[in-house]
Amino acid sequence: MKPPTTATPRRGSAGRHTAGVRAQDSAPADPLVVRPVRRGDLAQVIAIDATVTGLEKRDYWRSVYRRYGDSGHVERQFLVAHARERVVGFVIGEVRDWEFGSPPCGWVFAIDVKPDCRQAGIGTRLLDAICASFRLAGVRKVRTMLGRDNTLILSFFRSQGMMAGPFIPLEMDLGT
Amino acid sequence: MKLQKNTSLALYSVLEFAADPNRHISAAEIADKYGVSSHHLAKVLSELARAGVVESVRGVGGGYRFAGNARRLTLMDIIRTFEDLSPAAADRRESGELTPVGMALGAVLSEIDEIAKATFSSLTLATMLRLIERQQCNQAGSRTRVPNPRDSDRESRRGAKPRPGA
Repeated sequence: MKPPTTATPRRGSAGRHTAGVRAQDSAPADPLVVRPVRRGDLAQVIAIDATVTGLEKRDYWRSVYRRYGDSGHVERQFLVAHARERVVGFVIGEVRDWEFGSPPCGWVFAIDVKPDCRQAGIGTRLLDAICASFRLAGVRKVRTMLGRDNTLILSFFRSQGMMAGPFIPLEMDLGT
Repeated sequence: MKLQKNTSLALYSVLEFAADPNRHISAAEIADKYGVSSHHLAKVLSELARAGVVESVRGVGGGYRFAGNARRLTLMDIIRTFEDLSPAAADRRESGELTPVGMALGAVLSEIDEIAKATFSSLTLATMLRLIERQQCNQAGSRTRVPNPRDSDRESRRGAKPRPGA
C-alpha cells in the first residue's frame, strides 16, 4: 500500500500521515528514546519518509524542521524515536487555538516508523510522547486527519483510542 | 449502510470468539446470549468457518473457536463475507435512481457509505475488544457511582436506618 504523498503542514490542515505502524521482524531492542529532533537527525527522517512515500522532499523537510524542530515553542513538536544510534520514527504536531471554532487542541500532522522497525510499539511511544507534550501545553484533546483509504494508519489511531471527532472535512474542485 | 441480520450476528459472534480465542463456544451459547435461534446462528458460524475466521471443534466441549488474527481482521473483513457491497448494476436500479434527483440523492448516500466503509475498515477486532472492555468498565463504574434512586426509596419505605458512614 502506498501512502499519500506529503502535504505541507499548515494552519487549518492536518494532512500528512505516511504508513506508520506495521509488521516487522527486526525491531530495535530497547532502549528506545523519544526526544526532540536535532538537525543531525533530519537526513534520517528524510530517508524514512522517502522510503515510505517514494519521494524525497528535502526542501519540504527543511521547512518543517525550521517551523517545528527548531521553534522553541512548546506548542510545536517534532519528535524522533531513536534506537541503536539511528532514527527509527518521528511524529510532528502542534497546538492550534480556535481553528474551526475549536478550543485549543493538539493536532498530529505526521507519524511514521521505519518499515523494518514496525510492530514494536514505536508508533505508540511517539504518539504517547507528543500527547504528553500537548498536555504540558495545557490542552486536553488531540486530533488528526487522514485519507479514508489509509486504513493502516486509521487502524493505528483507532487502536490508540481515537474515535471520529465532531468535524466533517469538506472539499470541492476549484476548476481552472 | 444497513447491515443484514446475518452480518450483525456474525459480528457479535466473532467478537465473542476473539475475546477468548482458546475457548470453544457452542452456537447455542451465543444464540442464547443474543436472543436468536441456534439454527439461524449455525448457518452464520459455518459461513465464518468457511472464511477461516473460526474453526469448528468436534466432540465433547466442541463448538467453534477463533482462528483469525484479531490485530489484523477488521469489522469490514467480516461484513464483506456476508454483504455484497458493490454498487448495483445500472439495469438493476429503480427508474427513479436514474433521474437527476435520484442521482443527486445517490451521490449523498454513496458519500455516507464511503465513510461507513472507512470506519468499519479501520476497526480491528483487537480495537473493538478494547472498546468493549471500556464499555464494561463504564457500566460497572456507573453501577458503583450512581445508586438507583428507587433502591433508596425502597429502603426508606422499609424504614431502614442509614449505615454509619453511608
